[in-house]
Amino acid sequence: MTDLDSWMIWPGNTALSMLTLLLIAMIGLYAARTPMHGLIRAAGQALAGPLRLGARWLFATALEMKERNRAVLLAQGRREVGQRIEREFERVGIQVTRDLQGYPVLQRKLLEEITRIEEDYKKCGEVPPPPPDWVEAVAAVAQIKTGGGEVVQKILDEIRRSVERIHDKAIGEYRRAYEERHDILEGSLPFWRSIDKTLKQVDKKMADLQESAVTVDAQMDKYRQIVAKTDEAEATLSNSAFTQFNIAVIVLAVALGGAFVNFKLIALPMSEMVGAGDYITASLRTSEVAALVIILVEASMGLFLMESLRITHLFPRISNLNDRMRRRMIWISLVLLVTLAGVEAALALMRDMLIADKQALLQSLAATQQAATEGWIGRIPTAGQMLLGFILPFALAFVAVPLESFVHSARTVGGSLLVDLVRALAFVLRVLGNLARHTSRALLHFYDLVIVLPLLVEHLVRSLRGGEAAMKPRPLDSQGELKS
Amino acid sequence: MVKREFLATLMIIGLTVAVTGCVDSRSQAHAVYVLVDTSGTYAREAGNARLIINYLLGTLQPGDSLAVARVRSRSFSEKDIIAKAMFDTRPSQANAQKRAFRDKVDGFLQTVQGSAYTDITGGLIQGAEFLNETGAGKRTILIFSDMQEELDKVTIRDFPISLKNIRVIAVNVTKLSTDNIDPRRYLGRLEAWQKRIEGAGASEWKVINDLERLDAIFAKS
Repeated sequence: MTDLDSWMIWPGNTALSMLTLLLIAMIGLYAARTPMHGLIRAAGQALAGPLRLGARWLFATALEMKERNRAVLLAQGRREVGQRIEREFERVGIQVTRDLQGYPVLQRKLLEEITRIEEDYKKCGEVPPPPPDWVEAVAAVAQIKTGGGEVVQKILDEIRRSVERIHDKAIGEYRRAYEERHDILEGSLPFWRSIDKTLKQVDKKMADLQESAVTVDAQMDKYRQIVAKTDEAEATLSNSAFTQFNIAVIVLAVALGGAFVNFKLIALPMSEMVGAGDYITASLRTSEVAALVIILVEASMGLFLMESLRITHLFPRISNLNDRMRRRMIWISLVLLVTLAGVEAALALMRDMLIADKQALLQSLAATQQAATEGWIGRIPTAGQMLLGFILPFALAFVAVPLESFVHSARTVGGSLLVDLVRALAFVLRVLGNLARHTSRALLHFYDLVIVLPLLVEHLVRSLRGGEAAMKPRPLDSQGELKS
Repeated sequence: MVKREFLATLMIIGLTVAVTGCVDSRSQAHAVYVLVDTSGTYAREAGNARLIINYLLGTLQPGDSLAVARVRSRSFSEKDIIAKAMFDTRPSQANAQKRAFRDKVDGFLQTVQGSAYTDITGGLIQGAEFLNETGAGKRTILIFSDMQEELDKVTIRDFPISLKNIRVIAVNVTKLSTDNIDPRRYLGRLEAWQKRIEGAGASEWKVINDLERLDAIFAKS
């Protein structure tokens, strides 16, 4: 009999031995059912409890963080919108001051023109008086009968001629009067045009003012929503922060590319100034660090310039400086920036010269024919490098703008991502806790499945003792307890 | 409070600089000592040494050191150093030094005269001395020779030498006419040198015969 067969109770009869052992194990497990159930349940609870507790704590923390993020976001939004409204009011104020300043002159001009037009109108109203009693006289003459004789006919002809002469004269005077009135009206035409133009100007200014008022209204609505802490305002601000963050990251990446090109331009010539053989760490040359420092100083000067110009507001102390100090700071930053740009241009030129010198040396060492000089074409890269060296510091100065957006939006984006991370962690803990709980329950059922035969016997005995009520097996409750 | 924080920040910055800035600049430098065999028939090969020296002049950086010495009947002497230079840390100055170095070596190679004996060991001792004095982090001795040492009866070189932390590279090790008859002589000679140089504490021993692949000399540097 080998060692492998030592477990057999009935040597040579594996099936019987196994069956016997199974029965013994079943009886043993049945006897230990209650403590084993307790053990499995306790283990499940020991695992699930802390996990669920941790999940609950993390959910609470996430909620708290979300509330804090919301408060910060709304405060930031209120400040930004407040500043924007302030600027709009300033703009409207300037507009109103500028336009109202001209209003007395405009009013006087309008009044003068209106008075002139009124006078002209009055002049136009003076119609020449109709010929006095002519109508009646003509009517009386018309009633005289022509059959009276030659004398009467002559008198009438004379009267007709006189009347016609006088009529022509009256008509002429009437026409002259009308011509005069037309002249007066023609003279008042420029005044009408002037009034029309002035009123159009007024209309345009009023429209501008109305437009500004609409903008202010919109900003005010936004401000009200932020103050009221509405979900809409929060969502808008959050979206805006994410957009700002993405844009800022892209622009900063582009700026980093520019800084890298700048670094490459000045790293080699810096070795001429601080030496190429000095190292700060095993792989970091002093000349490279010096080049990096110059680039960072340029970026800092750009930052100070932008701050002094009040384009960015990263340093409240600079923004709060009085105008005189601020102007000084602008000039100092600008002068330093221009100086550094000049230094960079010179370094770029030196880089070109060093490379040319190195090439010449290598060619002489290799004993090859030296390449012919390319004339002015060969100087294009040199000029390009110098130009780049001069322009890049100014371009880097504008990094302050995306940097500010990045700093401001990073708080919102970072906070939001952190909340999501904590929530995800809480979810994982909760899932693990539930898994532990359900695993312990499954183990309890599995345990009962293993000892199904003793359990059936137990149920049979109970049924014999207690009738039909006891026939039903005792199921496990939701906690895995045996129902009584 | 603000002042204290400022001082603490300064201290941290100072410590950082002290920790990171304490790297000895010489430890990053590379020093190379080239031994050019001018004895017997190998003196004819000396012209090929120009290739290696020019390659080194083009490869070495500002702050590195280079010396070229000849191997004669007795080579343990500063007089055998034909040209030596520690290149300036400014690239423009270093280039000027390299030009002067090249001119000096060219002048020597044009007027090289063969010697009766070959004292490679003496050259190695002299080279080790020069390299140790430079304090460079990477030290290399290039031997441009057939590695056939021949000493007169008076010269004593059969004692242990020290080449600690020095790489030794034999370049253009030509075969002698006797090697062609029995290649084991050539292989045995190289094996004996390897044993001796590694026994002297050298960090590496390498043989490069293909001058077209000079990059391999400093491939692992």
